Amino acid sequence: MTYPNPADLPDSQRIVITGIGLTSPNGNSLSEMRDGLLNGKSGISDYEIRYFGKTIAGVCDFEIKKYQSRKDARRGTRAGSVGVWCANEAIVHSGIDWDNFDKSRVGVYVGVTEHGNVETETEIYEISQYDYDCQFWSHHHNPRTVANNPAGEIALHLSITGPHYTIGAACAAGNAGLIQAVQMLRLGECDLALAGGCSESIHTFGIFAGFNSQNALATHLDPTKASRPFDKDRNGIVVSEGGCLYTIERLEDAKKRNANIVAEIVGYGMNTDATDFVLPNAERQSQCMQMALNRAHLSPEQIDIVSTHATGTGQGDILEATAVHTVFGGCEKTLINNTKSFIGHTMGAAGALELAGNLPSFDDGVVHPTINVDTFDSDCPAINLVQNEAREVGKVEYILNSSFGMLGINSCVIVKRP
Amino acid sequence: MSPQEIRQVIIDILADIAPDEDLSTLKDDQSFRDQMELDSMDFLDIVMELRKRYRVQVPEEDYPQLDSMATTVSYLTPKMATCA
Repeated sequence: MTYPNPADLPDSQRIVITGIGLTSPNGNSLSEMRDGLLNGKSGISDYEIRYFGKTIAGVCDFEIKKYQSRKDARRGTRAGSVGVWCANEAIVHSGIDWDNFDKSRVGVYVGVTEHGNVETETEIYEISQYDYDCQFWSHHHNPRTVANNPAGEIALHLSITGPHYTIGAACAAGNAGLIQAVQMLRLGECDLALAGGCSESIHTFGIFAGFNSQNALATHLDPTKASRPFDKDRNGIVVSEGGCLYTIERLEDAKKRNANIVAEIVGYGMNTDATDFVLPNAERQSQCMQMALNRAHLSPEQIDIVSTHATGTGQGDILEATAVHTVFGGCEKTLINNTKSFIGHTMGAAGALELAGNLPSFDDGVVHPTINVDTFDSDCPAINLVQNEAREVGKVEYILNSSFGMLGINSCVIVKRP
Repeated sequence: MSPQEIRQVIIDILADIAPDEDLSTLKDDQSFRDQMELDSMDFLDIVMELRKRYRVQVPEEDYPQLDSMATTVSYLTPKMATCA
Protein backbone atom coordinates (compact mmCIF):
# COMPACT_ATOMS: atom_id res chain seq x y z
CA MET A 1 0.00 0.00 0.00
CA THR A 2 1.33 3.42 -0.95
CA TYR A 3 0.07 6.27 1.15
CA PRO A 4 0.04 9.88 -0.06
CA ASN A 5 2.82 12.07 1.27
CA PRO A 6 1.26 14.00 4.18
CA ALA A 7 2.97 17.17 2.93
CA ASP A 8 0.95 16.88 -0.31
CA LEU A 9 -2.41 16.40 1.41
CA PRO A 10 -4.95 19.23 1.38
CA ASP A 11 -5.48 20.97 4.73
CA SER A 12 -8.80 19.10 5.02
CA GLN A 13 -6.82 15.84 5.35
CA ARG A 14 -3.95 17.07 7.51
CA ILE A 15 -4.55 16.42 11.19
CA VAL A 16 -3.16 18.52 14.01
CA ILE A 17 -3.03 18.53 17.80
CA THR A 18 -4.24 21.83 19.23
CA GLY A 19 -4.77 21.17 22.94
CA ILE A 20 -3.46 18.89 25.68
CA GLY A 21 -5.04 17.92 28.99
CA LEU A 22 -3.34 15.46 31.27
CA THR A 23 -2.79 14.09 34.71
CA SER A 24 0.29 12.04 35.46
CA PRO A 25 2.08 10.92 38.59
CA ASN A 26 4.55 13.79 38.13
CA GLY A 27 2.21 16.60 37.19
CA ASN A 28 -1.29 17.71 36.31
CA SER A 29 -0.36 19.87 33.35
CA LEU A 30 2.09 19.57 30.48
CA SER A 31 4.37 22.23 31.98
CA GLU A 32 4.49 20.46 35.36
CA MET A 33 5.13 17.11 33.72
CA ARG A 34 7.79 18.51 31.40
CA ASP A 35 9.52 20.20 34.31
CA GLY A 36 9.67 16.83 36.07
CA LEU A 37 11.00 15.10 32.96
CA LEU A 38 13.79 17.63 32.46
CA ASN A 39 14.76 17.63 36.13
CA GLY A 40 14.73 13.91 36.87
CA LYS A 41 11.66 14.03 39.08
CA SER A 42 10.06 10.63 39.56
CA GLY A 43 6.34 10.37 40.28
CA ILE A 44 6.52 6.95 41.90
CA SER A 45 5.72 6.44 45.59
CA ASP A 46 4.85 3.83 48.19
CA TYR A 47 1.32 2.50 47.81
CA GLU A 48 -0.97 0.04 49.50
CA ILE A 49 -4.03 -1.71 48.15
CA ARG A 50 -6.61 -4.14 49.51
CA TYR A 51 -5.55 -7.80 49.58
CA PHE A 52 -2.24 -7.23 47.82
CA GLY A 53 -0.80 -5.01 50.54
CA LYS A 54 2.23 -2.77 50.33
CA THR A 55 3.68 -2.05 46.90
CA ILE A 56 4.70 0.95 44.80
CA ALA A 57 2.75 2.89 42.19
CA GLY A 58 2.31 6.14 40.35
CA VAL A 59 -0.61 8.07 41.85
CA CYS A 60 -2.29 11.16 40.37
CA ASP A 61 -3.56 14.00 42.58
CA PHE A 62 -5.55 16.21 40.21
CA GLU A 63 -8.32 18.33 41.72
CA ILE A 64 -11.49 16.40 40.88
CA LYS A 65 -13.78 19.16 42.15
CA LYS A 66 -12.42 21.65 39.61
CA TYR A 67 -14.70 20.13 36.97
CA GLN A 68 -16.93 17.52 38.64
CA SER A 69 -19.54 17.81 41.37
CA ARG A 70 -18.97 15.46 44.27
CA LYS A 71 -22.13 13.66 43.27
CA ASP A 72 -20.96 13.06 39.69
CA ALA A 73 -17.59 11.82 40.92
CA ARG A 74 -19.33 9.42 43.30
CA ARG A 75 -21.75 8.23 40.63
CA GLY A 76 -19.01 7.57 38.10
CA THR A 77 -15.63 5.87 38.06
CA ARG A 78 -12.07 6.95 38.71
CA ALA A 79 -11.32 6.47 35.00
CA GLY A 80 -14.29 8.73 34.26
CA SER A 81 -12.95 11.41 36.59
CA VAL A 82 -9.51 11.16 34.99
CA GLY A 83 -11.18 11.54 31.59
CA VAL A 84 -13.36 14.48 32.60
CA TRP A 85 -10.31 16.27 34.01
CA CYS A 86 -8.21 15.68 30.91
CA ALA A 87 -10.99 16.60 28.48
CA ASN A 88 -11.71 19.90 30.24
CA GLU A 89 -8.03 20.78 30.51
CA ALA A 90 -7.51 20.00 26.82
CA ILE A 91 -10.43 22.20 25.77
CA VAL A 92 -9.16 25.07 27.90
CA HIS A 93 -5.65 24.63 26.47
CA SER A 94 -6.98 24.55 22.91
CA GLY A 95 -8.70 27.93 23.19
CA ILE A 96 -11.76 26.53 21.41
CA ASP A 97 -14.95 28.56 21.89
CA TRP A 98 -16.57 25.56 23.57
CA ASP A 99 -19.90 27.19 24.43
CA ASN A 100 -20.56 27.87 20.76
CA PHE A 101 -19.05 24.69 19.33
CA ASP A 102 -21.46 22.22 17.70
CA LYS A 103 -21.32 19.34 20.22
CA SER A 104 -22.85 16.93 17.72
CA ARG A 105 -19.63 17.23 15.68
CA VAL A 106 -17.31 16.21 18.53
CA GLY A 107 -16.01 12.65 18.76
CA VAL A 108 -14.61 11.16 21.98
CA TYR A 109 -12.09 8.33 21.47
CA VAL A 110 -10.49 7.12 24.67
CA GLY A 111 -7.93 4.33 24.74
CA VAL A 112 -8.14 1.95 27.70
CA THR A 113 -6.07 -1.03 28.70
CA GLU A 114 -8.98 -2.48 30.66
CA HIS A 115 -12.08 -1.09 32.27
CA GLY A 116 -14.38 -2.36 35.01
CA ASN A 117 -11.97 -4.35 37.12
CA VAL A 118 -11.89 -1.67 39.82
CA GLU A 119 -15.67 -1.57 40.20
CA THR A 120 -16.08 -5.33 40.01
CA GLU A 121 -13.46 -5.89 42.69
CA THR A 122 -15.11 -3.25 44.86
CA GLU A 123 -18.55 -4.82 44.54
CA ILE A 124 -17.24 -8.29 45.33
CA TYR A 125 -15.52 -6.86 48.39
CA GLU A 126 -18.79 -5.11 49.37
CA ILE A 127 -20.92 -8.24 49.16
CA SER A 128 -18.23 -10.19 51.03
CA GLN A 129 -19.24 -8.03 54.00
CA TYR A 130 -22.78 -9.44 53.61
CA ASP A 131 -21.95 -13.12 53.23
CA TYR A 132 -21.85 -12.75 49.43
CA ASP A 133 -25.58 -11.98 49.25
CA CYS A 134 -26.14 -10.48 45.78
CA GLN A 135 -29.00 -8.27 46.96
CA PHE A 136 -26.23 -5.96 48.23
CA TRP A 137 -24.65 -5.67 44.75
CA SER A 138 -24.86 -2.06 43.52
CA HIS A 139 -27.25 -0.89 40.83
CA HIS A 140 -24.39 1.40 39.74
CA HIS A 141 -22.27 -1.58 38.70
CA ASN A 142 -23.35 -1.83 35.07
CA PRO A 143 -23.10 1.85 34.06
CA ARG A 144 -19.75 1.99 35.81
CA THR A 145 -18.34 -1.09 34.11
CA VAL A 146 -19.60 -0.84 30.54
CA ALA A 147 -16.53 -0.61 28.32
CA ASN A 148 -17.42 2.86 27.04
CA ASN A 149 -17.63 4.30 30.57
CA PRO A 150 -14.73 6.81 30.62
CA ALA A 151 -15.61 8.19 27.19
CA GLY A 152 -19.30 8.25 28.09
CA GLU A 153 -18.67 10.19 31.29
CA ILE A 154 -16.73 12.78 29.29
CA ALA A 155 -19.56 13.09 26.76
CA LEU A 156 -22.17 13.34 29.52
CA HIS A 157 -20.19 15.96 31.40
CA LEU A 158 -19.51 18.13 28.33
CA SER A 159 -22.91 17.58 26.65
CA ILE A 160 -21.20 16.04 23.62
CA THR A 161 -23.72 14.35 21.34
CA GLY A 162 -21.30 13.07 18.71
CA PRO A 163 -19.88 9.55 18.85
CA HIS A 164 -18.10 8.37 21.99
CA TYR A 165 -16.40 5.09 22.74
CA THR A 166 -13.33 3.57 24.23
CA ILE A 167 -10.73 1.66 22.32
CA GLY A 168 -9.56 -1.44 24.16
CA ALA A 169 -6.00 -1.88 22.99
CA ALA A 170 -4.06 -3.02 26.07
CA CYS A 171 -1.07 -0.75 26.58
CA ALA A 172 -1.10 0.43 22.97
CA ALA A 173 -4.42 2.15 23.68
CA GLY A 174 -3.24 5.74 24.06
CA ASN A 175 -1.79 5.73 20.57
CA ALA A 176 -4.82 3.84 19.29
CA GLY A 177 -7.06 6.65 20.55
CA LEU A 178 -5.03 9.17 18.58
CA ILE A 179 -5.08 7.02 15.46
CA GLN A 180 -8.85 6.63 15.72
CA ALA A 181 -9.17 10.41 15.90
CA VAL A 182 -7.03 10.89 12.78
CA GLN A 183 -9.13 8.40 10.84
CA MET A 184 -12.48 9.82 11.96
CA LEU A 185 -11.43 13.41 11.21
CA ARG A 186 -10.22 12.40 7.75
CA LEU A 187 -13.51 10.62 7.12
CA GLY A 188 -15.44 13.71 8.19
CA GLU A 189 -17.18 11.83 10.99
CA CYS A 190 -16.44 14.66 13.41
CA ASP A 191 -14.94 18.16 13.35
CA LEU A 192 -13.15 17.91 16.67
CA ALA A 193 -11.82 14.85 18.45
CA LEU A 194 -11.07 14.46 22.13
CA ALA A 195 -8.71 11.55 22.00
CA GLY A 196 -5.96 9.77 23.90
CA GLY A 197 -6.10 7.39 26.82
CA CYS A 198 -7.05 7.00 30.47
CA SER A 199 -6.18 4.55 33.22
CA GLU A 200 -7.44 3.89 36.74
CA SER A 201 -5.47 0.65 37.01
CA ILE A 202 -3.81 1.28 40.38
CA HIS A 203 -7.22 0.90 42.02
CA THR A 204 -7.51 -2.76 41.08
CA PHE A 205 -5.47 -5.13 43.23
CA GLY A 206 -5.68 -7.69 40.43
CA ILE A 207 -3.25 -5.86 38.17
CA PHE A 208 -0.58 -5.84 40.90
CA ALA A 209 -1.26 -9.45 41.85
CA GLY A 210 -1.30 -10.52 38.20
CA PHE A 211 2.02 -8.90 37.35
CA ASN A 212 3.47 -10.21 40.60
CA SER A 213 2.45 -13.77 39.77
CA GLN A 214 3.98 -13.23 36.34
CA ASN A 215 7.24 -12.14 38.08
CA ALA A 216 6.83 -8.84 36.25
CA LEU A 217 6.03 -6.39 39.09
CA ALA A 218 8.85 -4.00 40.00
CA THR A 219 10.16 -3.89 43.55
CA HIS A 220 12.72 -1.49 45.03
CA LEU A 221 13.44 -0.07 48.48
CA ASP A 222 13.36 3.40 46.93
CA PRO A 223 10.12 3.77 44.92
CA THR A 224 11.63 6.51 42.75
CA LYS A 225 14.20 4.01 41.48
CA ALA A 226 11.80 1.15 40.83
CA SER A 227 10.96 1.98 37.22
CA ARG A 228 14.22 1.43 35.33
CA PRO A 229 13.74 0.43 31.69
CA PHE A 230 16.92 -0.70 29.92
CA ASP A 231 18.88 -0.83 33.18
CA LYS A 232 20.68 -4.08 34.00
CA ASP A 233 18.99 -4.28 37.43
CA ARG A 234 15.41 -3.67 36.30
CA ASN A 235 12.93 -6.14 37.75
CA GLY A 236 9.53 -5.29 36.35
CA ILE A 237 6.67 -2.87 35.80
CA VAL A 238 5.54 -0.04 38.09
CA VAL A 239 1.77 0.29 37.75
CA SER A 240 0.48 3.87 37.50
CA GLU A 241 -2.73 5.74 36.85
CA GLY A 242 -3.00 8.68 34.51
CA GLY A 243 -4.71 10.23 31.56
CA CYS A 244 -3.99 12.36 28.54
CA LEU A 245 -6.50 13.65 26.03
CA TYR A 246 -5.83 15.90 23.07
CA THR A 247 -8.04 18.18 21.05
CA ILE A 248 -7.38 17.10 17.48
CA GLU A 249 -8.63 18.89 14.39
CA ARG A 250 -8.22 19.12 10.66
CA LEU A 251 -5.56 21.68 9.77
CA GLU A 252 -8.05 23.79 7.81
CA ASP A 253 -10.30 24.16 10.87
CA ALA A 254 -7.36 24.90 13.16
CA LYS A 255 -6.15 27.59 10.77
CA LYS A 256 -9.64 29.09 10.51
CA ARG A 257 -9.82 29.70 14.24
CA ASN A 258 -6.16 30.73 14.42
CA ALA A 259 -5.40 27.89 16.81
CA ASN A 260 -2.07 27.25 18.48
CA ILE A 261 -0.92 24.12 16.65
CA VAL A 262 1.17 21.87 18.89
CA ALA A 263 2.04 19.15 16.37
CA GLU A 264 0.86 17.48 13.18
CA ILE A 265 0.19 13.74 13.17
CA VAL A 266 1.93 12.65 9.97
CA GLY A 267 2.25 8.91 10.40
CA TYR A 268 0.99 5.93 12.31
CA GLY A 269 1.07 2.18 12.23
CA MET A 270 -0.71 -0.63 14.04
CA ASN A 271 -0.09 -4.34 13.69
CA THR A 272 -0.20 -7.59 15.62
CA ASP A 273 2.45 -10.09 16.69
CA ALA A 274 0.19 -13.16 16.50
CA THR A 275 2.87 -15.05 18.40
CA ASP A 276 2.21 -14.92 22.16
CA PHE A 277 -0.18 -13.71 24.87
CA VAL A 278 2.45 -11.66 26.69
CA LEU A 279 5.90 -11.96 25.10
CA PRO A 280 6.48 -9.20 22.55
CA ASN A 281 7.84 -9.79 19.07
CA ALA A 282 10.73 -7.56 18.01
CA GLU A 283 10.23 -8.19 14.30
CA ARG A 284 6.58 -7.09 14.42
CA GLN A 285 7.50 -4.04 16.51
CA SER A 286 10.10 -2.94 13.99
CA GLN A 287 7.59 -3.54 11.21
CA CYS A 288 5.12 -1.31 13.05
CA MET A 289 7.71 1.48 13.30
CA GLN A 290 8.43 1.06 9.60
CA MET A 291 4.69 1.22 8.79
CA ALA A 292 4.50 4.60 10.54
CA LEU A 293 7.60 5.82 8.69
CA ASN A 294 6.15 4.68 5.36
CA ARG A 295 2.89 6.50 5.99
CA ALA A 296 4.81 9.64 6.93
CA HIS A 297 7.13 9.30 3.89
CA LEU A 298 10.15 9.48 6.19
CA SER A 299 13.40 7.59 6.48
CA PRO A 300 14.53 6.51 9.99
CA GLU A 301 17.33 9.08 10.19
CA GLN A 302 14.75 11.87 9.87
CA ILE A 303 13.29 10.94 13.27
CA ASP A 304 14.83 13.03 16.04
CA ILE A 305 13.28 11.30 19.07
CA VAL A 306 12.01 7.76 19.53
CA SER A 307 9.84 7.60 22.65
CA THR A 308 9.99 3.95 23.66
CA HIS A 309 7.34 1.82 25.29
CA ALA A 310 9.82 -0.18 27.43
CA THR A 311 8.28 -1.10 30.80
CA GLY A 312 11.25 -2.44 32.72
CA THR A 313 10.68 -6.14 32.21
CA GLY A 314 13.60 -8.44 31.40
CA GLN A 315 12.51 -9.73 28.01
CA GLY A 316 10.30 -6.85 26.93
CA ASP A 317 13.06 -4.25 27.04
CA ILE A 318 15.53 -6.48 25.18
CA LEU A 319 13.00 -7.15 22.43
CA GLU A 320 12.08 -3.49 22.04
CA ALA A 321 15.75 -2.45 21.98
CA THR A 322 16.21 -5.06 19.26
CA ALA A 323 13.33 -3.55 17.27
CA VAL A 324 14.64 0.00 17.74
CA HIS A 325 18.15 -1.12 16.76
CA THR A 326 16.77 -2.80 13.63
CA VAL A 327 15.10 0.38 12.41
CA PHE A 328 17.28 3.13 13.90
CA GLY A 329 20.60 1.35 14.46
CA GLY A 330 22.38 3.34 11.76
CA CYS A 331 20.88 6.69 12.70
CA GLU A 332 23.42 8.70 14.67
CA LYS A 333 21.15 11.72 15.09
CA THR A 334 18.09 9.81 16.34
CA LEU A 335 17.85 9.82 20.14
CA ILE A 336 15.91 7.32 22.20
CA ASN A 337 14.17 7.98 25.53
CA ASN A 338 11.63 6.50 27.91
CA THR A 339 9.01 8.24 30.03
CA LYS A 340 7.99 5.25 32.17
CA SER A 341 11.27 5.60 34.05
CA PHE A 342 9.68 8.73 35.60
CA ILE A 343 5.97 7.96 35.85
CA GLY A 344 5.72 4.17 35.66
CA HIS A 345 3.34 2.43 33.32
CA THR A 346 0.14 4.40 32.98
CA MET A 347 -1.40 1.59 30.94
CA GLY A 348 -4.16 2.90 28.65
CA ALA A 349 -2.84 6.44 29.05
CA ALA A 350 0.79 5.54 28.39
CA GLY A 351 0.94 6.17 24.65
CA ALA A 352 -0.79 9.54 24.89
CA LEU A 353 1.03 10.72 28.03
CA GLU A 354 4.48 9.67 26.84
CA LEU A 355 3.96 11.50 23.56
CA ALA A 356 2.81 14.60 25.46
CA GLY A 357 5.94 14.67 27.60
CA ASN A 358 8.05 14.82 24.45
CA LEU A 359 6.05 17.45 22.53
CA PRO A 360 7.70 20.46 24.22
CA SER A 361 10.93 19.37 22.48
CA PHE A 362 9.58 21.17 19.41
CA ASP A 363 9.84 24.42 21.39
CA ASP A 364 12.79 23.92 23.73
CA GLY A 365 15.02 21.72 21.57
CA VAL A 366 15.74 19.43 24.53
CA VAL A 367 15.29 15.66 24.69
CA HIS A 368 14.20 14.43 28.11
CA PRO A 369 16.22 11.52 29.44
CA THR A 370 15.50 8.01 30.66
CA ILE A 371 16.28 7.98 34.36
CA ASN A 372 17.46 5.16 36.61
CA VAL A 373 19.85 3.77 34.02
CA ASP A 374 22.85 3.03 36.24
CA THR A 375 24.17 0.34 33.91
CA PHE A 376 22.71 -0.07 30.43
CA ASP A 377 21.80 -3.73 30.01
CA SER A 378 24.40 -5.24 27.71
CA ASP A 379 21.85 -7.83 26.59
CA CYS A 380 20.01 -4.99 24.82
CA PRO A 381 21.42 -4.08 21.41
CA ALA A 382 23.05 -0.65 21.38
CA ILE A 383 20.57 2.21 21.03
CA ASN A 384 21.14 5.98 21.32
CA LEU A 385 19.46 6.12 24.74
CA VAL A 386 19.52 9.51 26.44
CA GLN A 387 20.50 8.44 29.94
CA ASN A 388 19.77 10.29 33.18
CA GLU A 389 20.44 13.84 31.93
CA ALA A 390 18.38 15.81 29.42
CA ARG A 391 20.17 16.62 26.20
CA GLU A 392 19.99 19.83 24.19
CA VAL A 393 19.83 19.04 20.51
CA GLY A 394 18.53 22.21 18.91
CA LYS A 395 15.76 21.81 16.38
CA VAL A 396 13.49 18.77 16.72
CA GLU A 397 11.45 18.02 13.61
CA TYR A 398 9.91 14.55 14.12
CA ILE A 399 9.03 12.34 17.12
CA LEU A 400 8.07 8.68 16.87
CA ASN A 401 6.09 7.36 19.84
CA SER A 402 5.74 3.61 20.42
CA SER A 403 3.20 1.77 22.57
CA PHE A 404 2.83 -1.99 22.67
CA GLY A 405 0.52 -4.27 24.60
CA MET A 406 -0.50 -7.76 25.58
CA LEU A 407 -1.87 -10.14 22.96
CA GLY A 408 0.75 -8.67 20.67
CA ILE A 409 -0.78 -5.30 19.82
CA ASN A 410 1.68 -2.71 18.48
CA SER A 411 1.21 0.98 17.73
CA CYS A 412 3.45 3.81 16.58
CA VAL A 413 2.58 7.46 15.96
CA ILE A 414 4.81 10.05 14.29
CA VAL A 415 4.28 13.74 14.93
CA LYS A 416 5.88 16.67 13.14
CA ARG A 417 6.92 20.07 14.37
CA PRO A 418 4.13 22.53 13.45
CA MET B 1 -35.84 3.76 66.51
CA SER B 2 -37.92 6.90 66.97
CA PRO B 3 -39.25 8.92 64.02
CA GLN B 4 -36.70 11.62 64.82
CA GLU B 5 -33.90 9.05 64.71
CA ILE B 6 -35.21 7.67 61.43
CA ARG B 7 -35.24 11.19 60.01
CA GLN B 8 -31.56 11.51 60.92
CA VAL B 9 -30.84 8.16 59.24
CA ILE B 10 -32.35 9.49 56.01
CA ILE B 11 -30.44 12.76 56.32
CA ASP B 12 -27.18 10.79 56.74
CA ILE B 13 -27.95 8.68 53.66
CA LEU B 14 -28.88 11.74 51.59
CA ALA B 15 -25.65 13.45 52.67
CA ASP B 16 -23.73 10.52 51.23
CA ILE B 17 -25.60 10.18 47.95
CA ALA B 18 -26.10 13.91 47.30
CA PRO B 19 -23.00 15.49 48.86
CA ASP B 20 -23.41 18.79 47.03
CA GLU B 21 -26.90 19.49 48.48
CA ASP B 22 -27.64 21.73 51.46
CA LEU B 23 -29.87 19.50 53.57
CA SER B 24 -30.38 22.00 56.38
CA THR B 25 -33.19 23.66 54.42
CA LEU B 26 -34.99 20.44 53.50
CA LYS B 27 -38.75 20.74 54.01
CA ASP B 28 -40.22 17.52 55.35
CA ASP B 29 -43.61 17.87 53.71
CA GLN B 30 -42.30 18.59 50.21
CA SER B 31 -41.24 15.95 47.72
CA PHE B 32 -37.49 15.23 47.71
CA ARG B 33 -37.47 15.63 43.95
CA ASP B 34 -38.88 19.15 44.18
CA GLN B 35 -36.04 20.21 46.45
CA MET B 36 -33.04 18.18 45.29
CA GLU B 37 -31.52 16.75 42.16
CA LEU B 38 -32.42 13.11 42.71
CA ASP B 39 -32.99 10.60 39.94
CA SER B 40 -34.15 7.00 39.99
CA MET B 41 -30.63 5.70 40.63
CA ASP B 42 -30.41 7.97 43.69
CA PHE B 43 -33.66 6.54 45.06
CA LEU B 44 -32.22 3.08 44.56
CA ASP B 45 -29.25 4.28 46.62
CA ILE B 46 -31.62 5.15 49.48
CA VAL B 47 -33.18 1.70 49.23
CA MET B 48 -29.75 0.02 49.10
CA GLU B 49 -28.38 1.95 52.06
CA LEU B 50 -31.43 1.12 54.20
CA ARG B 51 -30.85 -2.53 53.29
CA LYS B 52 -27.11 -2.39 54.00
CA ARG B 53 -27.22 -0.35 57.19
CA TYR B 54 -30.42 -1.63 58.83
CA ARG B 55 -31.46 -4.69 56.83
CA VAL B 56 -34.70 -2.90 56.00
CA GLN B 57 -36.34 -4.04 52.76
CA VAL B 58 -38.33 -1.59 50.66
CA PRO B 59 -40.17 -3.48 47.91
CA GLU B 60 -40.58 -1.74 44.56
CA GLU B 61 -44.31 -1.23 44.99
CA ASP B 62 -43.57 0.84 48.10
CA TYR B 63 -41.14 3.27 46.40
CA PRO B 64 -43.82 6.00 46.18
CA GLN B 65 -43.74 6.02 49.98
CA LEU B 66 -40.25 7.57 49.75
CA ASP B 67 -41.61 10.75 48.17
CA SER B 68 -40.88 13.22 50.98
CA MET B 69 -39.17 13.10 54.34
CA ALA B 70 -42.55 13.00 56.09
CA THR B 71 -43.89 10.07 54.03
CA THR B 72 -40.57 8.25 54.28
CA VAL B 73 -40.37 8.52 58.06
CA SER B 74 -44.00 7.53 58.39
CA TYR B 75 -43.46 4.50 56.15
CA LEU B 76 -40.25 3.40 57.90
CA THR B 77 -41.35 3.92 61.51
CA PRO B 78 -43.03 0.50 61.93
CA LYS B 79 -40.31 -1.20 59.83
CA MET B 80 -37.48 0.24 61.91
CA ALA B 81 -39.10 0.12 65.33
CA THR B 82 -36.68 -2.56 66.49
CA CYS B 83 -33.59 -1.15 64.75
CA ALA B 84 -30.80 0.05 66.98
